[in-house]
Amino acid sequence: MTLRGIVQKLDLIPLGGTGEQNLDKKVTGCYASDLLSDVMANSKEGNIWITLQIHANVIAVATLNDLTGIIFVNGRKPEQETLEKARDKNIPLFMSKLQTYELAGKMYQLGII
Amino acid sequence: MESTYVQEFKVIGGDFLRAGQVSTRIKSILKDIGINHSIVRRISICAYEAEMNVVMYAQRGKILFSMNPRKTHITVEDEGPGIEDIELAMREGYSTATSEMQEMGFGAGMGLPNIKKNADTFHISSVVGKGTKLQIGVMI
Repeated sequence: MTLRGIVQKLDLIPLGGTGEQNLDKKVTGCYASDLLSDVMANSKEGNIWITLQIHANVIAVATLNDLTGIIFVNGRKPEQETLEKARDKNIPLFMSKLQTYELAGKMYQLGII
Repeated sequence: MESTYVQEFKVIGGDFLRAGQVSTRIKSILKDIGINHSIVRRISICAYEAEMNVVMYAQRGKILFSMNPRKTHITVEDEGPGIEDIELAMREGYSTATSEMQEMGFGAGMGLPNIKKNADTFHISSVVGKGTKLQIGVMI
């Protein structure tokens, strides 16, 4: 499924003009974690990442792992620096009103595993 | 003699905003010259974890990245508190991170073990009160 498909089906809110040009990218899977080393070690290229961490270092993690995007849960809004770095590194950011468990469940139901 | 590419980067302790810049730079160098994906990934993980350790625990540090057609090498040397018990520091789950760092998702006690897992050669030495030195090698 493409990033666009996931955004539409899960009502994700795109943030601050980050990565619109990536919406046709294929999402290879999903990883949900708030520990950055865990994401470094276990996420896979093309994964979309569910987290509640909103500080700027998430962009380095997403860039290093070639993730297709980051979804902030619980309606959390990223810090300004996070948005700036995301634009710079072309990492799409989204917000979901759902919490991690619910969002991951819906993602799984979509066949994103 | 084989040609060797060498670049040195500085890392400032406590600078969480710029943290990750050096490893991102190293990754893009490797990607640009077309190094195999899984190798790039392993080096990226090593570089990131080592860089974050300097940011989290040391006053400052430098990362020396070198590469020849056979292998890459990352040496990370910091000025900081050093590590008292290296065996303990290498244990998965053990961390001396502050609760503030842990809230940010750092300090899971996975950094050094992650480096060791992804490196082909790994050496760590430390002097308490002076600093820590990591030597990480990954074959291309």
